[in-house]
Amino acid sequence: MGGWAIAVHGGAGVDPNLPPQRQEEAKQLLTRCLNLGISALRSSLPAIDVVELVVRELESDPLFNSGRGSALTENGTVEMEASIMDGPKRRCGAVSGLTTVKNPISLARLVMDKSPHSYMAFAGAEEFARRQGVALVDNQYFITEENVGMLKLAKEANSILFDYRIPTVGLETCSAGAASVEAALQMNGLPISVYAPETVGCVVVDGQGRCAAGTSTGGLMNKMSGRIGDSPLIGAGTYAGELCGVSCTGEGEAIIRGTLSRDVAAVMEYKGLGLQEAVDFVIKERLDEGMAGMIAVSRNGEVAYGFNTTGMFRGCATEDGFMEVGIWE
Amino acid sequence: MGWAIALHGGAGDIPLSLPLERREPREAALRHCLQIGVAALQTKRPPLDVVELVVRELENNPNFNAGRGSVLTTDGTVEMEACIMDGNTKKCGAVSGLTTVVNPISLARLVMEKTPHIYLAFDGAEAFAREQGVETVDASHFITPENIERLKQAKEANRVQIDYTQPITKDTKKETPTADGDSQIGTVGCVAVDTRGNLAAATSTGGLVNKMVGRIGDTPIVGAGNYANSLCAVSATGKGEAIICGTVARDVAALMEYKGLSLEEAAAYVISECTPRGTAGLVAVSATGEVTMQFNTTGMFRACASEDGYSEIGIWPNSMQN
Repeated sequence: MGGWAIAVHGGAGVDPNLPPQRQEEAKQLLTRCLNLGISALRSSLPAIDVVELVVRELESDPLFNSGRGSALTENGTVEMEASIMDGPKRRCGAVSGLTTVKNPISLARLVMDKSPHSYMAFAGAEEFARRQGVALVDNQYFITEENVGMLKLAKEANSILFDYRIPTVGLETCSAGAASVEAALQMNGLPISVYAPETVGCVVVDGQGRCAAGTSTGGLMNKMSGRIGDSPLIGAGTYAGELCGVSCTGEGEAIIRGTLSRDVAAVMEYKGLGLQEAVDFVIKERLDEGMAGMIAVSRNGEVAYGFNTTGMFRGCATEDGFMEVGIWE
Repeated sequence: MGWAIALHGGAGDIPLSLPLERREPREAALRHCLQIGVAALQTKRPPLDVVELVVRELENNPNFNAGRGSVLTTDGTVEMEACIMDGNTKKCGAVSGLTTVVNPISLARLVMEKTPHIYLAFDGAEAFAREQGVETVDASHFITPENIERLKQAKEANRVQIDYTQPITKDTKKETPTADGDSQIGTVGCVAVDTRGNLAAATSTGGLVNKMVGRIGDTPIVGAGNYANSLCAVSATGKGEAIICGTVARDVAALMEYKGLSLEEAAAYVISECTPRGTAGLVAVSATGEVTMQFNTTGMFRACASEDGYSEIGIWPNSMQN
C-alpha cells in the first residue's frame, strides 16, 4: 500500500478573466477542503466517509456550482444531482432533481446504504429525503444573486443551442492568455464568462487502499428542467472500483458518451495502464470534441488529474506530504 | 459480414415450469418482433431506425415490462424509462419517469436529436414530450390487471420484485439471496448492425414491481443498460443495481477495445466476472455481424437472426433454432 491520497475539484472550464480575488477564494476553499479530508484520513476514517465529508463542504460553500450556489434551470429554479461510489464492493448511490435537500451527496449515500435501489430522482428522491430525515431547506437557499444574474446573461446569449459545439482549432494555444480568442471560448454552448464550472467532486484512497469517489452539481446554467447530466451517472461522472476512484467535470453530454470515469478504471484493468497514463489516455482518446477534466486516485496511493479545458479548479495531496492547489495548467 | 439483430424481453428467474399460456404469447411476440427487425434490415433501414422500431413493438406488447405492460411502483403508478444510442456517432438519448408517453424509446430518440442534452426525466421529460407532439395517453393505458395483481402480491410479500411472468409464490427457495428479494426481471431491448457495420442499441423498461417512486434503474444509463460504439452494440437486462455498478454494456465494448476480446468472449467475461450470478443478461452484435445472447439468470426471453440465415428464439439455456 502506498498510503492515503485525496483530490478535490470545483469544476473544469474556467473563465480566463476570472478576477484574481475569485481565483484566490477558490484556492482557499480547495485548500480548506483538502485539509478537512487530510485530517479525516489521518484519523483513519474510511475513504467513503472522507469523500462525503469533503463534498458536503464543497456543497455548503456557495462558491462552486453545487448545493448552495448551484446553477439555475431555465425556470430559475435549482435542480441538484450527485452520486457516490465505494470502490471495494462497488456499491453506489445517486440522486437527481433535488430541490430542497441541503446536501445532495449525503442523500446519494443514503440511497446506497438505506434503499434497495441505486438511483432516486425528483419527487421520489425528495420523499425519500423526508423519510430519512435529512436537512431540508427552501429552494431559495440554493439560489445566489450572482447566479440569477448569470442566468439572465445565459438567456441573453440564447445559449443552449442544438448544435453548440465550437471548433476546437486554436484552443490549445490560447491558454497563454491570447485575449483575441477569449471571446470565442465556450463550455457547453455558454460563453465561458457565464458558464458555471459544472461540478464539485472528491476522490480518496485511504491507508487501507480503499478507493471512493463522489460528485455533486447544480448542472448546467439555463438547462431544461428535468435535464440529467453526467454527475449522477455511475461510469460517467463518478466511478470507483478496486483499482481507482474517479470524478469528472465538464461538458456533461461528452462525459456520458465517453463513459469517462469508468474508462479510466477500464484501461487500468483491461489495458494495464498506470493511473496518470489512464487519465491522459481517456482525456485524449475518449472525449471526441468534448471538453472535460477529472481527478483520480489509485489504490497504491497515487493521485492524478487531467483536463482539456481552460483550467480546472483542483487540489490534491498524498500521505508523503505532497500538496498542490491550482486552476490553470 | 452481414446484418445481424438480437432482441430480448428480460432476463431473470424464469421457472422451467412456466405454463404454456404464459410462454406461448411471449415466444410469439419475440418471433413477431424479430421478423419486423429482419424485414427492416433487409430493406436497408439504418440500425438506429431498426432498434427503435423493434423496441416500440415490444413496448406496445403488454406481455413485456415496458410501455404498456410496465410493472407498477409502490404507489400503483407506472414510471417508464428508455435509452437509445447510435454506434458511429456515439450520440445517445435517454428518458426516465415517463407516465403518459406511449413509446418511451421514441422520446429518448427525440432527446438525442432535438435537444442539446442526453437525458431528460420526470416532469421535464413529460413537458418535452408534449412540446414534441409525441403520442401520449392517460397513465391508466399502461396498467394491466395482471400488474395490479403483481403489485398487490409484492406488497403482501413486502418486497421489491422484478418479475412479470409469474405470480409471486411464498416459496422462498427460488429467491436470489439478496435482501430485497428481487427474483425475476423485465426489460426489453434490441441491438442491430447493418451490412456496412453501422450499429445501434435501444432498451426500454417499466422498472421493478413495487419500486419506490423516483427509482431509476440501469436501462436509461448509457454504459449500464445500453451502449453502442463503432465496435459493438449492447442491451442489458436484469437486476438494475448490479448492472449499474458493473457498467455492463460499456464493459463489453471496453473489453473488445482494450483487451482485444471477441464479442462472444467479452460478453462471456462480463456475464461471468462483472456481475453476480442470477443478476444479468445481455444481447449484443458486433460491427462484423457477430451476435451473442448471454445470461447468468435462469433464463432470458430472447431472439436473434443474422444475414447468413441463422435464427434463434429462446427462454432457457437450450434455445430452439428456427
